[in-house]
Amino acid sequence: MKHRLVTSIGLALLVLLGISSFAQADDKVKAVASFSILGDMVRRVGGDRVEVVTLVEPDSDAHVFSPTPADAKTLASAQLFFVNGLGFEGWMARLEKSSGFKGETIVASHGVKPHIMVEEEEGGEAETIADPHAWQDLANGKLYVANIRDGLIAADPAGKATYEANAAQYLDAIAKEEAAVKQALGKLPPARRKIITSHDAFVYFGAAYGLEIIAPEGVSTESEASAQDVAKIIRQIKEEHIPAVFLENVTDHRLLDQIARETGAKIGGTLYSDALSGPDGPAPSYLDMFRHNVGALTAALSS
Amino acid sequence: MIDAVTQPFIEFAFMRRALVGCLALSLSAPPIGVFLVLRRMSLMGDVMGHAVLPGAAIGYLLAGLSLFAMSLGGFAAGLAVALAAGLVARSTVLREDASLAGFYLVSLALGVLIVSVRGSNIDLLHVLFGTVLALDDAALLLIAAIATASLAVLAVIYRPLVLECFDPQFLRSASNLSSPTHLTFLVLVVLNLVAGFQALGTLMAVGIMLLPAVSARFWAEDVSGMILVAIGCAFAASLSGLLLSYYANVPTGPAIILLCGVGYLLSMLLGRRSGLIWNLVPRKHLEA
Repeated sequence: MKHRLVTSIGLALLVLLGISSFAQADDKVKAVASFSILGDMVRRVGGDRVEVVTLVEPDSDAHVFSPTPADAKTLASAQLFFVNGLGFEGWMARLEKSSGFKGETIVASHGVKPHIMVEEEEGGEAETIADPHAWQDLANGKLYVANIRDGLIAADPAGKATYEANAAQYLDAIAKEEAAVKQALGKLPPARRKIITSHDAFVYFGAAYGLEIIAPEGVSTESEASAQDVAKIIRQIKEEHIPAVFLENVTDHRLLDQIARETGAKIGGTLYSDALSGPDGPAPSYLDMFRHNVGALTAALSS
Repeated sequence: MIDAVTQPFIEFAFMRRALVGCLALSLSAPPIGVFLVLRRMSLMGDVMGHAVLPGAAIGYLLAGLSLFAMSLGGFAAGLAVALAAGLVARSTVLREDASLAGFYLVSLALGVLIVSVRGSNIDLLHVLFGTVLALDDAALLLIAAIATASLAVLAVIYRPLVLECFDPQFLRSASNLSSPTHLTFLVLVVLNLVAGFQALGTLMAVGIMLLPAVSARFWAEDVSGMILVAIGCAFAASLSGLLLSYYANVPTGPAIILLCGVGYLLSMLLGRRSGLIWNLVPRKHLEA
């Protein structure tokens, strides 16, 4: 008798466990984000209801990312695919096709007013393309959050209240950070508002917060600098008395060390642009990235 | 004209550094290349250039973009592959060229894999292509030290090495210097590749070693003459490559190696010894 009771309780528990784990697996929205910054945003808006996988890991360069079969598998089983758009993920269309992804693709930069850059092609023909690094302006970050929220609600209407509450809270935090950034950078004297960084991912940042951004390499880390590029940038630093040179987490720093050595400009630490740092690094989330970047900028430029 | 040549070097320290690095390389790598060519080991140089990659990658994995770790790793891996290929050729049915091809493909794949595992895939490009414009004091010292040492060692083993090129049987019968010479020579090859890899990257380092050497074959009669011509070619290509990169806005490493290649083409056409043009001229003369 006792024996049978134990057995039936055990069975019931097993069934319950089975149901609950089944239910849990089912009601979490499976989302894939193309790179770490977007992944962080989706996590903030989605909260507990969304399971987010990031394709391009922290500290990696999305420009030259090449997807692995595991990435295709991850994407194939996802319901939502969050991408930056504006040509940032050149590998995206191929991956979507080859993985057999059936879900919804959400372009986070939808509605952003893009900066157009002119990229010189071989043969002298200039080509205009949109600068994809729109998230470097917090005002655009708010648009991203709104797009993410709407995408999540469309895919999972039951979680509407949660997503709206999370997004509202997040938007509030972004607005506070935006005010803090403007205040901190606004204090800099006009003559010291110029920086050089190894990857021109900060055009939006510069335009939004009044900094002049100069890069020694082209828009993409794919291009190799020539002696002329380096000579030009050194001349420019000397002529315009640019106070600081910034390194980035994704490109070779030896070239910048060389430039700094030759011009006497200050090396201002690492700025995070295309990727977050790992969880123990200085920029584990989107807003931490801004705090870290602004701290590094003011430290180098205000002295 | 002279201004156009000197101005970039006077104005910019990074150009001077790049020039010094390339000239130091041009002094030691082409003579090694000459012996590689004479011993029919040209492809061996290429293979070892690739073999340096996984070693450098392991160094990179352990210590990041550290000059010392990457050089040491590259040196160890290059030497290991050279020795292993020789061993396989001597003790199995496989010929040396086949075993070299095998080792080279495996090392390249391994190197790419190791660098990618670390995550930041962009750094692979810098490992593969180097940054001659970003040579710092440590890198310059390393290149200069390797160039000095390899010239000195080359002077010491010069005689047995020349003998080994032209009459290996005689060397083997007359003295027991054959294997030590061969081993020392292999060490020199790898050392020079490691030096070149700092400036030009693993893929291009072989270029400045071999292209001037094969060009020199079209001009000089004897080994010492070939060495001088090869060094001259490498000097000219380094200087003009840097200027080309400066004025025509093209990447520096490829510019230098391409100009080495132009030197090779010109030598092939115009070279005093069996240049293609000279083969045509006497025939016409006889017909007339």
